[in-house]
Amino acid sequence: MSNIPATLVQLADLLNGNAGLVRRGRFVELEFMLQIGDEAHYLNIDHGKLTAITPAPLLMRPWRFAIRIQADAWLQFCQAMPRPGYHDLFAMCKLGVASVEGDIHPLMANLRYFQEILALARLELGEAAHGS
Amino acid sequence: MAAELEPVTGRYMQLDIQGRRNRIYFEQAGQGIPLLCLHTAGADGSQFRHLLNDPEITRNYRVIAFDMPWHGKSLPPVGYHLEEYRLTSDLYVDTVMAVCQGLELARPVVMGCSMGGRIVLQLALAHGTDLRAVIGLESADHQEPWYDTDWLHRPDVHGGEIAAALVSGLVAPQSPDEYRWETLWGYLQSGPGVFKGDLYFYRADSDYRDRVGEIDTTQCPVYLLTGEYDFSCTPEDTLRTAARIEGAQAIIMEGLGHFPMSEDPQQFRGYIMPILDQIRG
Repeated sequence: MSNIPATLVQLADLLNGNAGLVRRGRFVELEFMLQIGDEAHYLNIDHGKLTAITPAPLLMRPWRFAIRIQADAWLQFCQAMPRPGYHDLFAMCKLGVASVEGDIHPLMANLRYFQEILALARLELGEAAHGS
Repeated sequence: MAAELEPVTGRYMQLDIQGRRNRIYFEQAGQGIPLLCLHTAGADGSQFRHLLNDPEITRNYRVIAFDMPWHGKSLPPVGYHLEEYRLTSDLYVDTVMAVCQGLELARPVVMGCSMGGRIVLQLALAHGTDLRAVIGLESADHQEPWYDTDWLHRPDVHGGEIAAALVSGLVAPQSPDEYRWETLWGYLQSGPGVFKGDLYFYRADSDYRDRVGEIDTTQCPVYLLTGEYDFSCTPEDTLRTAARIEGAQAIIMEGLGHFPMSEDPQQFRGYIMPILDQIRG
């Protein structure tokens, strides 16, 4: 994963080392797209573990669903105490600065799992990633 | 070690509502002005346990929190298995008024949160002379639907898990973890389709925009308090509603979300105590 941002590699380590979170996602087997600003990646989840990160887009590569967050919104989300409206994925969707697309059934069926992955990114990586 | 007993008493009452018998659970503590508390959609009356246990409140108020039929320890009415639960404005008003009459509450203050905050507006409209005041928490006269509620009740998604995950974002980020997760437990354990059925009232059968201006706040004062992190009933929704009701007081609460009384009781206390003092006169 040499061409993958260090923060995403760290996210994989954090997630895979979190037995509780892996257990919560034990029925999740899919690849989804995470797009922050202009940078998008396919994240492959296998029984709750993040097993592969691939830069996107790749022509003709499918994904189950995509989570897209505008760069500024992601910076706000990553603050230690986010402003109202930037503290939750669906709050950002309602604001129009994030979106979820595609077959969102597995996202909804495992919503806490995916929310906690984003929370991991926010709490553990936000400061390092953005120096904020 | 002896148990630490709370001053809260839980009891059941049997009431006829719209011709159907209901077994309803309620908790109460204190004496004085009745303060009837209405929980949020898909949850139960335990959201108000901190008010029930607050001696400064119960010194002057008889605090009562009941579980709506289908919620908490209240049962759904007989035959529930044959129907889809859908709360309506009329059923909600009739339920609250049946509880008021059944418990012989003399001019109670009615305080409700979220869908409870919505119905207090209708109660002030239709029964204002019977009420001392209404307090709407996370209250507005209408809300545009902003997500597909079909996700809340289907066999391939756990209803409790998704309800809790969806509303978790409505809790303010600074609210203590202990109370955040206690609040979410109410959703995790809710009955199938109950949250969705409540949202039928909230989304489809409670557009009061054209009517809230008729509320007579000299008869029944209206207080609206909304947390700044509530993106379901937003501060703008509440301020817009208050602007339509002459004499209504609106307060936006800092550091709170959609569940002020349960997600951060201490922070909420700072906002509700002056209101309760004001109502008491």
